[in-house]
Amino acid sequence: MIAFLLRRIGLLIPTFIGVTIASFGFIRLLPGDPVLLMAGERGLTPERHEALLKQFGFDRPLWEQFLDYFFAIFQGDLGQSLVTKEPVFSEFLARFPATIELSLCAIIFAVALGIPAGMFAAVKRGSTYDHSIMGTALVGYSMPIFWWGLLLIIFFSGILKWTPVSGRISLMFFFPPVTGFMLIDSLLSGQKGAFTSAVSHLILPTVVLGTIPLAVIARQTRSAMLEVLSEDYVRTAKAKGLAPVRVIGVHALRNALIPVITTIGLQVGVLLAGAILTETIFSWPGIGKWMVDSIFRRDYPSVQGGLLLIAAIVMIVNLIVDLMYGLINPRIRHTGG
Amino acid sequence: MKLSKTLLGASVGALFAASMLATGASAKTLVHCSEGSPEGFDAALYTAGTTFDASSRHIYNKLVEFERGTTTIAPGLAESWTVSDDGLEYTFNLRKGVKFHTTDFFTPTRDFNADDVVFSFNRQLKKDHPWNQYTAGAAWEYFDGMSMPDLLKEVVKVDDHTVKFVLNRPEAPMIANLGMDFASIVSKEYADKLEAGGSKEDLNQKPVGTGPFKFVAYQKDAVIRYKAHDDYWAGRAMIDDLVFAITTDASVRHQRLKAGECHFNPYPNPADLEAIASDADLKLPQQEGLNVGYMAYNTKVAPFDNASVRKALNMAINKNAILDAVFQGAGKAAKNPIPPTIWSYNDAIEDDPYDPEAAKKMLADAGVTDLSMKIWAMPVQRPYNPNARRMAELIQSDFDKIGVKVEIVSYEWGEYLKRSKAEDRDGAVLLGWTGDNGDPDNFLAVLLGCDGVGGANRAQWCNKEFEDLIQKAKVVSDAAERTKLYEEAQVVFKREAPWATIAHSVVFKAMRKEVEGYKIDPFGGHNFYGVDIKE
Repeated sequence: MIAFLLRRIGLLIPTFIGVTIASFGFIRLLPGDPVLLMAGERGLTPERHEALLKQFGFDRPLWEQFLDYFFAIFQGDLGQSLVTKEPVFSEFLARFPATIELSLCAIIFAVALGIPAGMFAAVKRGSTYDHSIMGTALVGYSMPIFWWGLLLIIFFSGILKWTPVSGRISLMFFFPPVTGFMLIDSLLSGQKGAFTSAVSHLILPTVVLGTIPLAVIARQTRSAMLEVLSEDYVRTAKAKGLAPVRVIGVHALRNALIPVITTIGLQVGVLLAGAILTETIFSWPGIGKWMVDSIFRRDYPSVQGGLLLIAAIVMIVNLIVDLMYGLINPRIRHTGG
Repeated sequence: MKLSKTLLGASVGALFAASMLATGASAKTLVHCSEGSPEGFDAALYTAGTTFDASSRHIYNKLVEFERGTTTIAPGLAESWTVSDDGLEYTFNLRKGVKFHTTDFFTPTRDFNADDVVFSFNRQLKKDHPWNQYTAGAAWEYFDGMSMPDLLKEVVKVDDHTVKFVLNRPEAPMIANLGMDFASIVSKEYADKLEAGGSKEDLNQKPVGTGPFKFVAYQKDAVIRYKAHDDYWAGRAMIDDLVFAITTDASVRHQRLKAGECHFNPYPNPADLEAIASDADLKLPQQEGLNVGYMAYNTKVAPFDNASVRKALNMAINKNAILDAVFQGAGKAAKNPIPPTIWSYNDAIEDDPYDPEAAKKMLADAGVTDLSMKIWAMPVQRPYNPNARRMAELIQSDFDKIGVKVEIVSYEWGEYLKRSKAEDRDGAVLLGWTGDNGDPDNFLAVLLGCDGVGGANRAQWCNKEFEDLIQKAKVVSDAAERTKLYEEAQVVFKREAPWATIAHSVVFKAMRKEVEGYKIDPFGGHNFYGVDIKE
């Protein structure tokens, strides 16, 4: 187990270095000079332009800038935002809980609905249920997030007035953030109605962000289930006279879950990408929205630092998924270790 | 079943929140669905209107202020001022008894005085000032952009309530400059306290000013909260709490406004305008913006160095078609380089008629045949040009009718701004300008003066007659005389046609009907002092 863990962590190091280079390079590949963008139509004199480039260190050779950046990372310094002048790391931390909260809710929503739906479709293979579940999943998978979000807002918030339009909590509630997770903070605040308000604000964004993972998980569960259901041991279990619920829920599901867990792990990347749009639609103050703003402003330190942190999170989540995979399926561990 | 219960609970919560907003609880709260996050709260560091709305327009005052809804200068923290005969010394008599905000993080021990004024300007002016570089990469963009370092020799405290600004050369628009956001007065006492505590950056994060609202809290990208400043020198605001609910997407802002989650949508979608106008719960005032969208020929390159060629091309442009297609009605045809909301706008000038036949003939008379040219289309949306690509295509088809072939080009925005400055640039550039201080000089000298050639003067146009007029207007302080000079300059401009003046945008502000007393700010800002919510 230890060797397995070490090998996995060892693989992270080259990936991490690759990500630092990519995050540093990507934003610089985009045309656009941050200083010129700051000045806008007003423009600035060539002298002033040069002075500002120098002030930000953009006048030096790229490799020099990169090395500075690279070594600073190991001292925990991601630099300062060109716009807000605050440390990138604290900017990230201020927004990260909002994204995590939303992503967790979305993945729970997707798993809670996706696995039963996929199982049901597999068991009732070829039936109308199967076709309608898979048909809906395909629609969900192809749904443009932005359009879907606005549609839900117009219907549920605009017409039915069941849910609030956007934001994390009603503006009448005001308390300082403790954990940054609105569900927890609203409980801690002790203000009446705050928690309900936070929940009601979470519903639509959760559905919107969870739609694609839900579709993917349902489809994956169905195909994994179908494969397992045709295995000999399932037939044996059935032949032994075990209750169908036990056969499907225990014998089949545990084995079918292995590829599903990998899929869930891979959805983390999808969630973070989806968060960019979902956060924009619902005015959700998370890192997705922050990254987009930073890219438009050519805020180099924020973009490269943010990308790096996001990549690190995806890597860690994938590591955890790998470990869980090993736990559920001992064969992986043995061949790996 | 469970889900529907949650939904029900949520909807009750939402309805409750909405009704709180609509009827107003004991404290009057105005919620502004702002379009973006402020970059910081020290206005002098930034140039974006979104940042000014959140900082200078509510938290701070300037020595002089623009009267609400106009470009007219009025006394602010200075009660009065005098200008020396040579136009080099401006002496301000400061208002007495002005209180800075008392907040959770700062309690002032003295009133506003001359030290605050000197501090607020010297930190921008003097490179060796301890506050010149108080945050990493601090740049005083607007102060520098308005040439204040060249213009301003020194700022001197005469006594506690008198300050003198000494200039290097006479500059009539100086007073208007001091009404701009970068000229916001910050508290020196607060700065000293921050410096002693080693937390200088807080000047940009936890602002203290003299303005009508004091800062309470900012949750990044989500909500900014303010409270009315009880001791505000011009009288307490009519609302008690001001909340900025940051909502970047225009469609979502519209939904929030309709749902009663906010009172004010600063930038409604053109597509939603009809729905807003016909909604009994909403209001939609409008006004021409302080801007101009234009197409600048390169007057240094043949055949565009010939005024009659430029004039002919201008006559081929169907502006009404552009107003319909690009501005979707939210625009007004421009005939002058300054918008009608600016004083000295010369309304007597007649626009070139749309007449392709006459244009064709003029081109032939000028000996120009088989002309082909480039038109540059900006890659970004601006109030003065919501869709430059579409505008370029319309002009392309207009020019095609008079036998001029057009190729449309574009670059990334920063690159576009840079390349379009080149004196040997190939092609006519679509661009525009939004005024800074409401002074005609801010349009005419910046965009069309000889100094701007190779820079902001995209037409690369240097006309002696025009230049003499605007230079003279810079040093004369008599308003009537300046008006006359600028009116004349506009006549020269129209005759020489370095640009095709296309449009001034019309700005729409959407708000709930209970919002009263809002005045559209010609500078494009949003100011909620003087606004009330009807019970």
